Amino acid sequence: MQTTIQTEKQRGISSARRKLVQRLGFAGISLAALLTVAPIVLIVIHIYSNGLPAISWEFISAMPREGMRAGGILPAIIGTFWLTLGTAVVAVPLGVGAAIYLAEYAPDNRWTRTIRIAIINLAGIPSVVYGLFGLGLFVLFLRFGTSLLAGSLTLAIMTLPIIISTAEEALRAVPNSFRVVSISLGGTQWQTIRKVILPQALPGILTGVILGLERAAGETAPILFTVAAFFLPRLPNSIFDASMALPYHLFVISTQVPSMPIRIQYGTAVVLLTFVLGMNAIATVIRSRARAHRQW
Amino acid sequence: MRARNIGELMITALIRTTGYSAIVFVTMIFIFLLREGAPALTEVKLANFMQLRWYPIEDYFGLLPLIGGSLLVTFGAALFAVPLGIASAVFIAEIAPRWAREILKPLVEVLGGLPSVMLGFIGILIIAPAIRTLLNIPTGLTAFTGALLLGGMAIPTIVSVAEDALDAVPKTYRDAALAMGATRWQTIWRVTLPAARSGVLTAVMLGVGRAIGETMTVMMVTGNAPVFPTGLSNLFKPVRTMTATIAAEMGEVANGSVHYHVLFYIGIVLFLISLIVNLAAASVVFRQRKRAERILS
Amino acid sequence: MVIRRTGTQAASPEQAIKIKIEDLSVSYSDGTESLRGVDLLIPEKAVTVLFGPAGGGKSTLLRMINRLNDLADVTEVHGHVWLDGQDVLSPETDVIALRRRVGMVFARPVVLPMSVRRNLTYGLELSGEHDAEFLRGAVERSLRAAALWEEVQDRLDEPASSLSGGQQQRLCLARSLVLEPDVILLDEPTSGLDPISTGKVETSLALLKQDYTIVLVPHSIQQAARTADFAAFFLGGELVEYAPGRQIFTNPQHERTEDYVEGRFG
Repeated sequence: MQTTIQTEKQRGISSARRKLVQRLGFAGISLAALLTVAPIVLIVIHIYSNGLPAISWEFISAMPREGMRAGGILPAIIGTFWLTLGTAVVAVPLGVGAAIYLAEYAPDNRWTRTIRIAIINLAGIPSVVYGLFGLGLFVLFLRFGTSLLAGSLTLAIMTLPIIISTAEEALRAVPNSFRVVSISLGGTQWQTIRKVILPQALPGILTGVILGLERAAGETAPILFTVAAFFLPRLPNSIFDASMALPYHLFVISTQVPSMPIRIQYGTAVVLLTFVLGMNAIATVIRSRARAHRQW
Repeated sequence: MRARNIGELMITALIRTTGYSAIVFVTMIFIFLLREGAPALTEVKLANFMQLRWYPIEDYFGLLPLIGGSLLVTFGAALFAVPLGIASAVFIAEIAPRWAREILKPLVEVLGGLPSVMLGFIGILIIAPAIRTLLNIPTGLTAFTGALLLGGMAIPTIVSVAEDALDAVPKTYRDAALAMGATRWQTIWRVTLPAARSGVLTAVMLGVGRAIGETMTVMMVTGNAPVFPTGLSNLFKPVRTMTATIAAEMGEVANGSVHYHVLFYIGIVLFLISLIVNLAAASVVFRQRKRAERILS
Repeated sequence: MVIRRTGTQAASPEQAIKIKIEDLSVSYSDGTESLRGVDLLIPEKAVTVLFGPAGGGKSTLLRMINRLNDLADVTEVHGHVWLDGQDVLSPETDVIALRRRVGMVFARPVVLPMSVRRNLTYGLELSGEHDAEFLRGAVERSLRAAALWEEVQDRLDEPASSLSGGQQQRLCLARSLVLEPDVILLDEPTSGLDPISTGKVETSLALLKQDYTIVLVPHSIQQAARTADFAAFFLGGELVEYAPGRQIFTNPQHERTEDYVEGRFG
């Protein structure tokens, strides 16, 4: 590096020329960044401007009519709500527990490395393969059938790696000196975690959980074979019922149903997008408030 | 005192169990894929898998068009996402002023959080028709459309991991280069980026991994025609990926039929591909960490 | 290099011995030997100062007394640390109870991310003490003992991180007193502090030694000379010289001690 820069200087490549290169380069990079970001804004604006007119109280609170071509999408909303809740109930304790183990207890040996490799793998498995797995294990082998239970469990395992990695990072970010002080005052490891480390890591853990659940709520492939139904005239009554869900609903009404009013499609997209953006916003707020109030 | 010890012991045991759960789940996934997919190996001849027709109704199970479709779309996505992603990461980490960074990072995060079905939705309604009219081709549902949207989904992954890697390069490296008379531009390309090389590589691998595994978007916009892509012209014709095949046909197969087993078999192939890509990405990270430890100690 | 030892057993006959360190050797997992065959008597209700250049094993010795080294990569430990006749290093020792009897103040003020009040009551919380009256009294008592009560009595519910560096360290001192320990270990407690705060800490120690056994690793020879009732010079993991009072600083017996005290190395 030293020689190429100084060689350029010696060869008399003027600093004016280098400044020009820099200006062009920066312009190109800025353009690239704009190209990356502008579509996001455009998509969001497009969906809201086309979809908001479809939103009415009836749309989000009523049952569908005429083969989904009129009425509301309440069952899809309720279904997504239950699926997200079910995912949280399973994935959060498992994920946070695993994160605590990795950050506070796990020794530096081959077993721990195996756990980490397993987590990396879980994170990379395609969502449709999770769907196959959920079909094979929960729907068929355990005979839960196409149900909220099967769907939630499948989504939970898929969400696990996200929660584990963000939670572990949050725990590790807490200064080690707190642990040492707590131990020196006669605390046990669990007391230290429960009273000092966990509370301090909570905002980071929460952010990770919300982002993970946001992803679970928007996924279609894992629920295709495990829980999703298209036209269910009633709301789910138990965890063994199949259910509609927002992402699956959007998929079907935009590809499978002829003469589906475009308003309803955009309306459904708006509801899903609002759900996702809302969770994003909550996570961002938690993160910035925590940074401001941090006592270390 | 003793009560606290017992309680503490139980909680510690519980935590240790959750720690090992990841291994349990990966193993279970592999086992169940194998359980439903392995029969395909005996039911379908290898030669059948290796030919160019995928037409399950008449017992043609050629995987090559599907693999070709996945590769074409992923390759196109990478071609588009890698330069844009790295450039955006460089912009956010090195060039953008504070206020721009505060806006851009959340925006990229939003893009990463967009459900794949939503991007497919936009693809069908806007992008595919636009491509059809702009390029004057019979349909806008092509591999190119899929590559475009997949690239859009891979970019956030690449940007966030690469940006972290660039951020982690010590300030002293940049200061040293600037002190020697380099411009900021030269510093980025000759010093900072090479120093973050392994992190950026990891970012690209993870982004590509995400593209390979995408299902809904490609199912909605690539036209779903299982034709083996023979040349670059196929970029503007419909294709079908492995993932879309599973998603589209699983709903119609009979349990336990040959078709059913073959779909699970494709799932095994996808599982192994993602395993390899992610292990490669992880080993890069581990190797870099070990090197850093050696340097710092 | 052969180090001859002098005066390792000398202690004033009127002073009872609180801690007896017997032939203590400690090695870390990376092979560094931190302590080699150390014999030391620590009298009660006095300030024993462990001084010497960095890496001499002083911090390790402190951390053996309250078994805080259990958290570090220690592979080999030989010898005994007798506290009131019980071997602290024995596997049957109740480590939790031990750490309540032996308090510690660290080099950087480490306040917990809580209010001033909760920083102090945290130790009692760990042992299950909930009585509000008792806690309130303990807070005031310990703050007075650390000469901090006047300054923070109106700020007890503010975050401890809002205090100045010197106040934080005195808070850490108060925190170590709340559990009413027998022994207080201090590892370079004033290394980051300004002279006024340092003076306040040293004044507190002079008062506290009437009731507590204090083992101090000073951050300068001058501090050692100001505060020591008994002084031990450590070099390369070995105890080189030990003497009561100030005499080790004015009249060192051993040439290496003299070199260090005179500032020829360190």
